[in-house]
Amino acid sequence: MDFKRINEKLEILADAAKYDVSCSSSGSNRKNTNKGLGNSNGMGICHSYTEDGRCVSLLKILLTNHCIFDCAYCVTRKSNDIKRAAFKVQEVVDLTINFYRRNYIEGLFLSSGIFKNADYTMERLIAVAKKLRQEENFNGYIHLKSIPGASDELMREAGLYADRLSVNIEIPTEKGLKLLAPEKDRKDFIKPMEKVKNEIIQYKNEKKLLKKVPIYAPAGQSTQMIVGASGETDAEIMYTSAYFYKSFNLKRVYYSGYVPISNDSRLPTIGSAVPILRENRLYQTDWLLRLYGFDVRELLNKEHPNLESDIDPKLSWALRNLDQFPIDVNKADMRMLLRVPGLGLKSVNKIIKARRYRKLNWEHLKSIGASLNRAKYFIVCDSTIFETKDRTSAQLKSIILSNSSSKFSATLSNQLSLFDNPNTLSA
Amino acid sequence: MKTILKYEGSFEGLLSSVFYVYEHKLKEVSIIKEEHYEPNFFDHSITILSEPKKAKGVWQGLSKKISPKAKTKLYKAFLSETLNIENTILYYIRKGLSASVSIENDFTDSEILHIEKTVKKVDREKHRMDAFVRFQLTKDGIYFATIEPDFDVLPLNTSHFKSRYADQRWLIYDIKRNYGIFYDLLNVQTITLELSKDIHRGDKASLYFTYEEIEFQKLWFNYFNSSNIGSRKNIKLHIKHIPKRYWKFLTEKKN
Repeated sequence: MDFKRINEKLEILADAAKYDVSCSSSGSNRKNTNKGLGNSNGMGICHSYTEDGRCVSLLKILLTNHCIFDCAYCVTRKSNDIKRAAFKVQEVVDLTINFYRRNYIEGLFLSSGIFKNADYTMERLIAVAKKLRQEENFNGYIHLKSIPGASDELMREAGLYADRLSVNIEIPTEKGLKLLAPEKDRKDFIKPMEKVKNEIIQYKNEKKLLKKVPIYAPAGQSTQMIVGASGETDAEIMYTSAYFYKSFNLKRVYYSGYVPISNDSRLPTIGSAVPILRENRLYQTDWLLRLYGFDVRELLNKEHPNLESDIDPKLSWALRNLDQFPIDVNKADMRMLLRVPGLGLKSVNKIIKARRYRKLNWEHLKSIGASLNRAKYFIVCDSTIFETKDRTSAQLKSIILSNSSSKFSATLSNQLSLFDNPNTLSA
Repeated sequence: MKTILKYEGSFEGLLSSVFYVYEHKLKEVSIIKEEHYEPNFFDHSITILSEPKKAKGVWQGLSKKISPKAKTKLYKAFLSETLNIENTILYYIRKGLSASVSIENDFTDSEILHIEKTVKKVDREKHRMDAFVRFQLTKDGIYFATIEPDFDVLPLNTSHFKSRYADQRWLIYDIKRNYGIFYDLLNVQTITLELSKDIHRGDKASLYFTYEEIEFQKLWFNYFNSSNIGSRKNIKLHIKHIPKRYWKFLTEKKN
């Protein structure tokens, strides 16, 4: 192995892949068969964290950063003057296996620039996965990119070796896509996603009837959207997200604050801040949709097209719906408990278990882990002391804000001015 | 007068102590590791010998009232090595065995909640070791790693590593507690070693490890740095995820 050459390639092709934020390695169910190498069942593992605080779970690289497309938001676009490189299939296999054996990673996340055409590229990605599975007896996690426009036959094959497949729709709205990637068509993104969805459904049906069905993409599909590159509202992003969750049974949608990489006048200029706070609020909203039983229309709608930046979306919803509070923690159902600001999944779970023994009071709630500095305005419990004052939502908001410190307080003041500046967001 | 039961520090020893408590119907009692015991004028102390039969009897007897899941929690709480955890475990056992309904979810009881929280910490440390172990391939073909976990979690890591790395020989060594687990392609066994003092020195690496090993470490180090996005730098979050005490074991964080 020519370590020097591999190292050069690795630097280029890891650097180019880092804007893909997904690094999940969970949700698969691949066992280690016949004393082979690796497994991937259940929980994923983050083996390290980069200095930006993101999880490193997979060897995340591009097969090549040569690309025939010229999407304005992408660092590997054709017109960008950067170093180009390409891995051979065997080189990716060797890197994956050797990193895996040393417990650096859970597996491989392989993406690629598009060279020649979609099918040619997809075939190369599949070749890597196939080799890992069949020649190396590798049972670790493999995440492959579905190349927009790839044929149904190839997508079928990809799912036989990969745990997860993903297509990044990148731009949340069709008009944004027309502006920034005029050569691309939304339909090309959807086609492989549709095929994989149908294959997964078919696999699940067959599995009910037959004993031996080759597993197909057990960790499902995901996608990613860039935030803050094309002037879209939070409502536009989250409605697109909700649509994809529903129509394609996606496991996850990722939101990636646009990191300026180009002087293109259609985009935020180099040096403008990455919208990290906005990204965080979108993730919070995503969690509320997937795990807390909220409907996207409750959180974002015509009257509220954007999320509030100074408070989280659940608190924001609660303040708009004060008529539904306070609720009694000793009686309320799970659905309503999950809607209380300051109660998370874990504390709700503990509350429901513990209240079978006795009625809970403030002390109990505190030791269980509820954030009472927020929750206390929305609940009553087994105590004669509770918030009795009738306050307007504006009053409540200012009390809660003054009693808590946001981890974003520094960025908040910066980013608020960023949001106020129309030039940075409307491309 | 309170009775102090001193045991040698093993889980069997703790269960043997519990046996003694029930056998002698002790009310005022405290269980402590021998090494932590400080003689005290008022109390009466007894040294408990670890007896596998009695320990097994207690462990099986617990199943009458305590679920397998909760038993695992007690074991994990023990591995935390927290001072006084023995008495919280004893409290849990006594309450569990005497109650008519399961006590396991009564988080309004501060001692039960304490077990719950301790288990959470132990689980996190176990998970960290699954993540932070960095194997180095030695010249005699063993994937070797050293760790220094906050709690004695190595026994909990065995099954994960055994099922994952089934086709390579590996050894994970806890240098704080001076024992390790070794997989020889068939079984995992607990071993104790005299480790060379200079095994962690970068300039001595070529004495112990293969050429490829050192090259792969460089590749990983560079990969790690290439995948960082500079404009999103967030050191506080970085350190929250990987506290500094683990850095010396992480290939990508060593200089």
